[in-house]
Amino acid sequence: MKWDEFFVTGEPMIYGAMVSIVVVSLAIVIGLTYFKKWGYLWREWLTTVDHKRIGIMYIISALLMLFRGGVDGLLMRSQLAIPENGLLDAQHYNEIFTTHGVVMILFMAMPFIIGLMNVVVPLQIGARDVAFPRLNAVSFWLFFAGAMLFNLSFVIGGSPDAGWTAYFPLASNEFSPTVGMNYYSIAIQIAGIGTLMTGVNFIATILKMRAPGMTLMKMPMFTWSILITSVIILFAFPVLTVALALMMFDRLFGSQFFTMANGGMDMLWANLFWVWGHPEVYIVILPAFGIFSEVISTFSRKNLYGYASMVGSMVVISLLSFVVWAHHFYTMGHGAMVNGVFSITTMLIAVPTGVKIFNWLLTLHKGRIEFTTPMLYSLAFIPIFTIGGVTGVMLAMASADYQYHNTMFLVAHFHYVLIPGTVFAVLAGFYYWFPKLFGFRLNERQGKLAFWLIAVSFNVTFMPLFFLGLKGMTRRMYTYSADTGFGPLNLIATIGAFGLALGFILLVYNIYWSFRYAPRETSGDPWNARTLEWSTHSPIPDYNFAIVPTVTGRDPFWEHKKGGHQLYKGKYEEIHMPSNSGQPIILAGIFFLFGFSMVFSWWVPAIIAGIGIIVMMAVRSFERDHGYHIPVREIEETEARLRGEQA
Amino acid sequence: MKKLFPVHHVMGYVFSLVLSVVALSVILWDMSLAVGMTILIICAAIQMGVQLFMFMHIGETGTKTSLYTNIAYALFVGLVTVFGTLFTMIWGYQ
Repeated sequence: MKWDEFFVTGEPMIYGAMVSIVVVSLAIVIGLTYFKKWGYLWREWLTTVDHKRIGIMYIISALLMLFRGGVDGLLMRSQLAIPENGLLDAQHYNEIFTTHGVVMILFMAMPFIIGLMNVVVPLQIGARDVAFPRLNAVSFWLFFAGAMLFNLSFVIGGSPDAGWTAYFPLASNEFSPTVGMNYYSIAIQIAGIGTLMTGVNFIATILKMRAPGMTLMKMPMFTWSILITSVIILFAFPVLTVALALMMFDRLFGSQFFTMANGGMDMLWANLFWVWGHPEVYIVILPAFGIFSEVISTFSRKNLYGYASMVGSMVVISLLSFVVWAHHFYTMGHGAMVNGVFSITTMLIAVPTGVKIFNWLLTLHKGRIEFTTPMLYSLAFIPIFTIGGVTGVMLAMASADYQYHNTMFLVAHFHYVLIPGTVFAVLAGFYYWFPKLFGFRLNERQGKLAFWLIAVSFNVTFMPLFFLGLKGMTRRMYTYSADTGFGPLNLIATIGAFGLALGFILLVYNIYWSFRYAPRETSGDPWNARTLEWSTHSPIPDYNFAIVPTVTGRDPFWEHKKGGHQLYKGKYEEIHMPSNSGQPIILAGIFFLFGFSMVFSWWVPAIIAGIGIIVMMAVRSFERDHGYHIPVREIEETEARLRGEQA
Repeated sequence: MKKLFPVHHVMGYVFSLVLSVVALSVILWDMSLAVGMTILIICAAIQMGVQLFMFMHIGETGTKTSLYTNIAYALFVGLVTVFGTLFTMIWGYQ
């Protein structure tokens, strides 16, 4: 292989990206060396098994990926702003919409949600960590290795360019001859293993580690949503694992699963992809429902309306999510029977979702509503998501879908579902739980300004796409002629996209500003909230709770504050904690080398790295590590310090 | 020493390998579709048992409700995926 095949050449934008990657990496290395932070980074972060720190690392990665995917989005919108634009050529445009989709779903939405659940779930159920802390670190580092491998593709070897759905035969060697689609199959596979283990870990945590007295029907709604999400992860991700493995066999080893000849079936890829892909939509949306339930209940000063129906509707959604996947390809040649069945199951999903919407409205009803930033996101979610849901029912009608399929109408629909559903939710959760982690609130004025920028710009960006779709503009077209009349609406959408970018920049500035100037909180409960996570100190001590809380109701901390219930009974006892380990990051590093060698079909390094992975697992099997104990005296000192008493 | 050696896991691993080799024989030797499918389905059923009992310790749990819920959910998803795929890709395809 020649060097100009290895590195992507001939694109000024990519050269710019290469230079900036090198400069940023050098700056990080020099900065860490100059400030002597290598040891701190290794001991406190890279080897940590603490669920809170792992959660923070997930969220930082998600924000980074939000900007990567966001720049992809801005480039697409800039290209489409005016007719016959020459900013991007067709190939470059294909690569950008592919990576935009993959990055936003798998490397932004997923880690943001997994980050929040890492931080919040153990605290909400009164546990000191997740069930398998070491496995949790492995999950994070595998996700990170997969994300980095995927992002490497645009400077080394070339990005995947067959759409985030990677339909065959387009994704086969014949039509996608570069290594781009190899990156797709292997990087997502590595990250997916991490996600699958997260699912297992959180099911075990939620089922086995709840505080005494917290029965299943007394769990906070966010924890319920994560339990259901983890169950969907556990049953949906194996399908993706198998599909990606078959894709890898087809591309690297010449098997014929998805070819059009020799007994292969290209449509089977689309089928398997969506058997995973539709439940995946609910994996990113159900935690959002949980976050909104917490935020709306807290800032209405009321308990959640219709708790049991909320749980029931989530269980029904989790089952229905597995029986609707064929609605993603109504137009690909099925008979009326198949399309009829899947139309009905799809429309059925609107029923439990509607139940949830009404429960939120009734929670707000007669509440003492407080318009904080997280609450604004939650309130904006309800009408915007409803537009997304209603257009979803329009798309669900198979016969009408022949008109909408693969047009901008569809693009507008899923952005109207995913942005208020997932992005607004994780932002609401971010503002809401931020003071718990860091001990100060993000500035409210800047937060509200960013909210209005994001909410208004979002509608300016995506509302025109509904009309463009109805006028006949298809998705994924890299340019159009002035005669089509698509120009003006596209220009409006592009202006909106830059407004969105401004909103997200303001969000990051708010984090920076608040780190420097925001007043520090003295209590652990800045929002006057209801659930257990607010009953411990902020910032949270390593062991979360000095004494394991006892629970009697659904809003234990609220009852505690109202004087009806004593949360912490008994005295301090020695606390057993898991010790840190460097093995997860080393394992993920070897996985990265393995994946990279596989992408380029370098068999010798791939085999060596493969052996390395097995060695790492063997080392772990024979390791004896029983963790460590925090003595009572140290707990007393920490608690006194966190209460603000002088030693 | 006897307690430390993972007999079940090693046995399960050997069974899995043997069952895979038997399944492979279906394409290595010429046989009719009916015979081939019978061998595959029997192998798959035994394989499932090996996984559930030798690796997942399904007999060792205390609470039966969560066990049955889990199996019911898994069966639901598994059957829907297999028969749904046949439905969309073969039976209902024009």
